[in-house]
Amino acid sequence: MRFMCIVKATEQSEKDVMPDQKMLSEMGKFNEEMARAGVMLAGEGLQSSSKGARIQFKGNQRTVIDGPFSETKELIAGFWIIQVKSKEEAIEWMKRCPHPHPGIDTNIEIRQVFENEDFGDEYTPEVRAQEDRIRREIEKKR
Amino acid sequence: MTAPDIHRTISAVWRIESPRLVAALARITRDVGLAEDLAQDALVAALEQWPKSGVPDRPGAWLMTAAKRRAIDLKRHEDMRARKHGEIGRQADALTLLGPDYDTALDDDIGDDLLRLVFTSCHPALPPESRTALTLRLLGGLTTDEIARAFLSSESTIAQRIVRAKRTIDEKQIPYEVPRGMELGARLASVLEVIYLVFNEGYTATAGDDWLRPALCDDALRLGRVLAGLMPDEAEVHGLLALMEIQASRIGARTNDAGEPVLLLDQDRSRWDRMAIQRGFAELERAESLRSARGVYTAQAAIAACHARALTADETDWPRIVALYDELFRIMPTPVVELNRAVAIGMAHGPAKGLASMDAIVAEGDLEGYHLLHAARADMLEKLQRFGEARAEFEHAASITQNQRERALLLERARMCAMNA
Repeated sequence: MRFMCIVKATEQSEKDVMPDQKMLSEMGKFNEEMARAGVMLAGEGLQSSSKGARIQFKGNQRTVIDGPFSETKELIAGFWIIQVKSKEEAIEWMKRCPHPHPGIDTNIEIRQVFENEDFGDEYTPEVRAQEDRIRREIEKKR
Repeated sequence: MTAPDIHRTISAVWRIESPRLVAALARITRDVGLAEDLAQDALVAALEQWPKSGVPDRPGAWLMTAAKRRAIDLKRHEDMRARKHGEIGRQADALTLLGPDYDTALDDDIGDDLLRLVFTSCHPALPPESRTALTLRLLGGLTTDEIARAFLSSESTIAQRIVRAKRTIDEKQIPYEVPRGMELGARLASVLEVIYLVFNEGYTATAGDDWLRPALCDDALRLGRVLAGLMPDEAEVHGLLALMEIQASRIGARTNDAGEPVLLLDQDRSRWDRMAIQRGFAELERAESLRSARGVYTAQAAIAACHARALTADETDWPRIVALYDELFRIMPTPVVELNRAVAIGMAHGPAKGLASMDAIVAEGDLEGYHLLHAARADMLEKLQRFGEARAEFEHAASITQNQRERALLLERARMCAMNA
């Protein structure tokens, strides 16, 4: 399963203040660790919202609103997409992440990506029961 | 945290920490079996203590300390035994239990040790099913129970396979090292085979009602990425990863809502995972840039890439696929490759040519009893509107497949032929 792990913006990141050398090297080490473990699929840092825009949908109208946007703490400053075996594993990886904004309280939000099997019937209770039944039968044969 | 929660957390921590832990322990002890034992003892200690104490801040260091404590116990035990029997011969073994290195071992670059672990776990002297179990356990960080679930097997069976593997490593004195020179090629082939076996067990489950076990595909991809990081200059490592990424990109389209298989050309390509395809293309490009002649995995990845590039089935470049199969057949002259080539010929040059190629394979007799040969022949016959023969071939294929979902699909196609006849 895949998770998007979202780093939030701060006033600093919204001013496009680049992280210092120490931060960059710690983050680089963390990224390398995830890559070496075969977990990291993607990871990007985002520029400030002043360089972005929003397309507002209202009825049939589309209105373009240029950045910056005010609700800093709700904005995204970067993300990873990781492939892991459980939400717990995603949590454990992100607990190992260096503080993304030293000195400023913040959070990393972990959100599960929809997989195709989430739409199908692969993991319904019926299938699981079936699987348990097969296991029991296989064990009986041994 | 409730009991099941903490256990899920412990297995998550284990997955992250255990490959490094085992690699570091194997470096100290030079003994994979012993390293694995010590790591397992550390896991048992975690399972006992973490539910009460909570997960420590530095779980990797905690596990290493627990493993070290266990090694000290073992050494004390061994010393006592040796003194009692006046032995000195085994002292040397006991000494390997204790190095000054435990405290710093995790901080070292353990890349080389991970690679030694890979080659030990996939050693051709081990029984094949032991290789997969040991690899998933040591490199994939899976617990015995998780491996058992993945292979629809029992925990005791998997545990036995791992015990057998460790005994073989001990008995045959398999060295803990990365092979060099001439030997490397053959040994790497064995490693790639193990990873692709895990992938295929997930991609086309040979047992049970489900056609797909995506979790096993993910495990194989993860192992493939780890290996690509450890051996960045080996073309076929990237070729295998490319092949797995591109094949895995289709997972969402390979079954319909009822869980039945959907054939490649009938798949809804909008459901293919474009990010996985892009990762696959990047790996393929890397593989092809490292070596001009494609190896078996790179050639298969190049074929898979042809399909991935076609946004609709009609846009498939079949002549190129035939050419790539010709190339693959030269380095991997198996009847299954020949069959796939025949299917491609059928698509590129018409069903009559395809059928002729398949009839040649039937005449060779190597694939008698292989349901896909009969399914492919049936498909050609159906396209040639020889519905009676097509129906008989579909039914024959259905009667010999092991997979229930696939059988249902084949019988359905037989029924369609009967209606057209």
